[in-house]
Parts: sequence; structure tokens; C-alpha cells
Amino acid sequence: MAASFDLNNDGVVVIIGSGAGGGTLGNELAQKGIDVVILEAGARHEYEDFINDEWDSFAQLAWKDKRTTSGDWRVAKDFPNLPAWIVKSVGGSTTHWAGASLRFQEHEFKAATTYGKVKGANLLDWPVTLAEMEPYYAKAEAKMGVTGTNNWPRLPGNNNFKVLKAGADKLGYKECHTGNMAINSVERDDRNSCQQTGFCFQGCKWGAKWSTLYTEIPKGEATGHLEVRPNSMAIKINHDASGKVTGVVYADKDGKLQEQKARIVAVAGNSIESPRLLLNSESSKFPHGLANSSGQVGKNYMRHTTGSVYAIFDKPVHMYRGTTMAGIIRDEARHDPSRGFVGGYEMETLSLGLPFMAAFLNPGSWGRSFTTALDHYDHMAGLWIVGEDMPREENRITLHKDEKDEHGMPIADVHFDDHPNDEAMRNHAYSQGQALYAAVGATRTFPTPPYPSTHNLGTNRMSEKPEDGVVNKHGQSHDIKNLFVSDGSQFTSGAAENPTLTIVTLAIRQADYIAAQMSAKTI
Amino acid sequence: MVTVYEKKAVDERKIGLSRRELLKRGGAGALLIISGSAVISPEHAWGLETSALKPETMATLIQVARDIYPHDQVPDKYYAIAVKGHDETAAKDPAHKELIEKGIAELDKRAGKGGYRGLGWEEQRVALLTGIEKTPFFQAVRGGLVVSLYNQKEVWPIFGYEGESYSKGGYIARGFNDIEWL
Ligand SMILES: Cc1cc2nc3c(=O)[nH]c(=O)nc-3n(C[C@H](O)[C@H](O)[C@H](O)COP(=O)(O)OP(=O)(O)OC[C@H]3O[C@@H](n4cnc5c(N)ncnc54)[C@H](O)[C@@H]3O)c2cc1C
Ligand code: SF4
Repeated sequence: MAASFDLNNDGVVVIIGSGAGGGTLGNELAQKGIDVVILEAGARHEYEDFINDEWDSFAQLAWKDKRTTSGDWRVAKDFPNLPAWIVKSVGGSTTHWAGASLRFQEHEFKAATTYGKVKGANLLDWPVTLAEMEPYYAKAEAKMGVTGTNNWPRLPGNNNFKVLKAGADKLGYKECHTGNMAINSVERDDRNSCQQTGFCFQGCKWGAKWSTLYTEIPKGEATGHLEVRPNSMAIKINHDASGKVTGVVYADKDGKLQEQKARIVAVAGNSIESPRLLLNSESSKFPHGLANSSGQVGKNYMRHTTGSVYAIFDKPVHMYRGTTMAGIIRDEARHDPSRGFVGGYEMETLSLGLPFMAAFLNPGSWGRSFTTALDHYDHMAGLWIVGEDMPREENRITLHKDEKDEHGMPIADVHFDDHPNDEAMRNHAYSQGQALYAAVGATRTFPTPPYPSTHNLGTNRMSEKPEDGVVNKHGQSHDIKNLFVSDGSQFTSGAAENPTLTIVTLAIRQADYIAAQMSAKTI
Repeated sequence: MVTVYEKKAVDERKIGLSRRELLKRGGAGALLIISGSAVISPEHAWGLETSALKPETMATLIQVARDIYPHDQVPDKYYAIAVKGHDETAAKDPAHKELIEKGIAELDKRAGKGGYRGLGWEEQRVALLTGIEKTPFFQAVRGGLVVSLYNQKEVWPIFGYEGESYSKGGYIARGFNDIEWL
């Protein structure tokens, strides 16, 4: 039975956000018998309620509250009030996500050491190593049912994958397969296997794809130690005179302000909302926001170097059938500065339905050059580029000076300038992607600009030294012992891989740490 | 309220032929007819009733929509449905009404005698649109259209997009890996 805790219960751990980080941490703590309240800004939609329709699903699940943008990134021009495509719903962005689940490479935890000094980048090594992460990666993969691990077969390749694979073979790429996906390739964990419906981004109506919504959260609730409170938007974290956090003020479903007392607070609202909340929790004791003695809260915002390549063939492909991210090429993920940039990138198949293809293929463009591309929609194949981008201090989340949301909380501004390394990598990836499809006979290819950010990272980063970052190697804030960060905003650097497996891994590891500290009574 | 109605409704309205103003269109040479407050396509059996915008404005807007996102295999009806929201907004918001009416009037003016719809070649019309690309009028029309045109389920089959698939059991037995030409 799901628990229900009193607002004045100051023994609970309050987690803000129920996505990859928050949902996992909540369940892990509940399994250990620790009482948890998850405050989730969005509503609760179960997976039967998901909609196989891009815009309707977007309306149902996406975070649509206004944000502003600045900087030279193209998203600021094309989608000035939609810097990120992420979710406001129980389950967070794990409802929308595609499921690609890759471990980081060893050198990516040591970005500063490996890449050396990169002008205009604020690189830092992680305070953890791959070796320390490995046992937890294994736990995460087992929890999420990642294909290609634990003897679970990989998914069968769909049409879009077959085109990718044929091109990869032609270019001589060696590591190309249907990926490591947190999607059931066989029935397991009381959930279906993938039925190749092709609406992974709209929430998996079969429950085949891992999402905290129907795995971690109900499992945690079944212990009687977890309460998920939907439609509860955290606005401010309170603290006492000693500087310890004591509770979270949130707007409830009727917009009324409540305070949930807490023994520990863990912030997991994704990398725009988490720093927004910390910054908005400023007080006379912490005039620059909570956990911000380093001044790094909100800085080093990363979004991965992304872009897509779509290609048209003279024969049909029907790329939208089957898993959205149906395969990967990993050969370019290595660090090889001879290509003209540091770090690497992955190439992963991607498909959009007709409505989103129209909106994202080349935002703002019109006329026959654009429409003849869509005319051949069913002859299209596509891939997405995801590579390591450089952390920069000026790429940051700030509180808007004038504009406030319905609860009176300043909205977030997202500033991003592409680093020259990002541009060099993107251009390299575009030409590789275009060459790949040309090799299979594409008659036309499209280097498609980045979508609003689906991977948002780094704005409360981990650091060895308190002056370099916001949290330590366990996601515990350097400044306040009972305040944690549990989402992708902890990332010290971005790595080439999709982030969620690492977010889940860190959350499992953090749960062990929190439990140990609680029993030792240090927090 | 704007309604797009099918053939039967068009017939029932018993439009007097004498009152019809024939409007020549470029491209395929189909005809859009203005009658009272409606834009009618007799050949394709649909009509569009306007409430705030002039029907002539609506007819031109339909042509503008096609020139922005030209798909020769997509009938006018879907462009009409895609822009009818401007009439609805115009009915509620005088500023929007002015934006659209003035925008179309400006296009007609730039087109010279015969107006925008009088220009026979798509290239001629596109040249005019390119000239106003940065204006709020054009931005409003194009920005809305990218959703209102391509989000019509009825047009998806024309592009070979199959839409919802859950109720059919996904594609696991319906061709997710049926590519044969590789
Ligand atoms: C279309 C799409 C495809 C993706 N595909 C992949 C993929 O294949 N592989 C991969 O690794 N990653 C993928 N991602 C990214 C992945 O979804 C995110 O990295 C991950 O979910 C982030 O976890 P999180 O815990 O940081 O935040 P989220 O999962 O976004 O959860 C944050 C939650 O916090 C809530 N919240 C925020 N602020 C507040 C507040 N103040 N009070 C209360 N609640 C709040 C939000 O409503 C949200 O539910 C994809 C994302 C998208 C959108
Ligand atoms: S393709 Fe598979 S994982 Fe994706 S939504 Fe369909 S059943 Fe779920």
C-alpha cells in the first residue's frame, strides 16, 4: 500500500521529481525501509492513458511552462520558449525517453585529464571512476532490463536499423547493433515485450520500455514507505539557523502553498528545474541560493552535441515502424583528436512521425525544398547524433528578472552558446551520417539541426573540491549535509552516451550512501 | 464559427450561380468560388464559411498556405482546414483580424492588378512571400500552419504515415522489418 505522510513528519526524505533520478532513489530508499515523499509537479497518467499521437502526447506529458532562452544556439531562434523537450508527469522524462542505455567510457570520467586544456571549456574530472561505478551500472542494467546485458537478447532490427546497418557496413564501421535498450526484448518484470509500435517518445502503451512510472514507483509504493504526491510543484527549500534543510514549500493541486517537513531533501527536477529551485531558495544565510558557495549552481549547462541526418531513398523504408531508437553505431564514440575535436559521438537511429518531422526537419523553412522532403516521408531513414559537449560557465540556467510563473516563482532562462568543439564534432557527424546514407543509395540527405534539449545536464555538478562544484561524489551538496542532488544535473561532464543509465546508477549508489549516513546519524 | 462542410451541405446551400465570383487559381487550375461568406470548391465538394475574415481573404490565405507548404498531391480542402483557425481567432481578436486582412491586402497590392491569386506561377507568388518572410503576418501564418496542416490525420496516408498503431498490435507482425531492397 502506498504510504501517506503527514506534512509535519520531519523524519521523511523528500525527493523533488519522480523521473529517472528521483523515481529510482525513492524506490531504492523505500526498499530499505526509509520513508519517502516524492513531490512531483506533473499529474499521474498510467501507461494505458498514453496517446499514440505526437502533439496530443506532447500536450499530455511535456513540460510546457514558459522558459526563455538566450545564446547563439539555434534552438533559441527556432523555439525561444521551449529550450528543452522534457516531461512534467509522474515518471518524468522516462515516459518520453527512447531507452538507449549505455555505460560511460573510462576516459569520460576524466575529461579534464584526457582532453587537456580546452579553451573556453570548464572541464573537470569526475570525483568517481568507471571502476567505482561498474557494480552500480550492473545493478541499473538488471533493474531496467537492458538488452545485450544479463543474457537478454537485443531487440530485432527494424527497417530504419537495417538501412543504418547497411551503411555502417559500407563505411567499414565495426560496432553497429540494435543497441543496449531498457526495453523488454522478452517478457520480464511482469511487463510485456516490445511490440514495435513505434511510439516510444509518446510513452510506451505496452509498458515494455522501462519508466519509473510503472516500475520503481509502484514497487516503492508496495513497501508502504513511499508516497508520490502528484501536482505538487516545489518552490522553495527551507533551512534552519544552522543551515540544515528542514522542509520543502510546494504548490499543491489547488495552487495552495504547503510545507512538507523533511529530514533530508533530494532534488531531482532535471537540469533546468533543479538549479532553478536551488537558486529560488535563497535566504539571508544563503543569498546566492542553496548549495551555491562555489557559484556553480546553474552553470555548466550541457545538452549534448546533437543533430540528425535524414535521408531519402528511391524505395520505401517506413522508418517509423518499430522502436524509435532501433540501433547504434559506436565507432565514433572514441576520443580521437585527429578528427579535429575532443570526445566522441554515437550515431543512433531515430524516427519522427509526420507531424514532428514537419516541425523539426528544418524549423522555419518553407517552400518546395522543404516540402519535397516530406513528400517522401515513407522513403526516409534517419539517425540522431549524440556527442560530448563542453561544459562552459556561461552556459547556464538563471532566474528570469521579471517573468514569474503562476506560483510567483521566477521562470528559468536557459543560455547556451555552442563551443567550437561542439561545432566541429557536429559537422564531422553530419558528414559521416550523410556519407553513410549516400553509400546505401540515398538520393538526398538532410543535416537536421538540434531539437529542443532532451538531455539536460551539469547544472549542479559533482566535484572533488567544494570550490569547483555543487555536490560531492555521492550527490551530497558540499555546503549542506542533508541536501542532495539526484538527477542529471550532477554530471561533471557529458560523455558521448545517453545519460539515463548513469543517472539511475548514481541514484542507486546514492541510496546506499544516504541509508548508511542515516544509520550513522550523520544526517 | 468556421465550418468546412462536405458536398451535401454545399448543395443544400443552393448557391445562386449568378452571385458567384469566379476566381482563377494558379497551378492545377482548380477553382475556388466565393459566395456570400463562404469559399467553395465545387469540383471537390467542400466549402468553408468565414465569420470574421472576408471570404476573399480566406481564399487567398488558402493559396498562401499552399505556396508555403506546396504538396501537389494534397487537395485544397486540407489547406482550408489548416488556415480556418485564423478566422476563428480573428472573430475573437480584432488585432489578429487586422494582421491577416492587412497582410493579405499587402500581398494583393504587391501583386499588382489581379492580386495575389491572379499570379499564374508559383514562383511569382513565392517571390512575393519571400519579400514578406520576416513580417509578423507571414510568421503567424507559417508558424501555425506547420502544425495545422501536418497534424491532420486525414493527410497522413497521403504521405505514407500510418499514425496510431497500438490498437493494431504495433508493427511486430505488420512490417516493422519488411525492407527488401537493401
Ligand atoms: C524524447 C526523449 C528521448 C530520450 N531518449 C533517451 C534515451 O534513449 N536514453 C537516455 O539515456 N536518455 C534519453 N532521454 C533523456 C532522459 O529522459 C533524461 O535524461 C532523464 O529522464 C532525466 O532524468 P531526471 O531525473 O534528471 O529528470 P526527469 O526524468 O525529467 O524527471 C524530472 C521530474 O521532476 C519534476 N519536477 C521538476 N521540477 C519540479 C518541482 N519544482 N517540483 C516538483 N517536481 C518537479 C518534473 O515534472 C519531472 O517529472 C530522452 C528524453 C526525451 C525527452
Ligand atoms: S516500439 Fe516497443 S518500446 Fe517503443 S513504444 Fe512500442 S512497444 Fe514500447
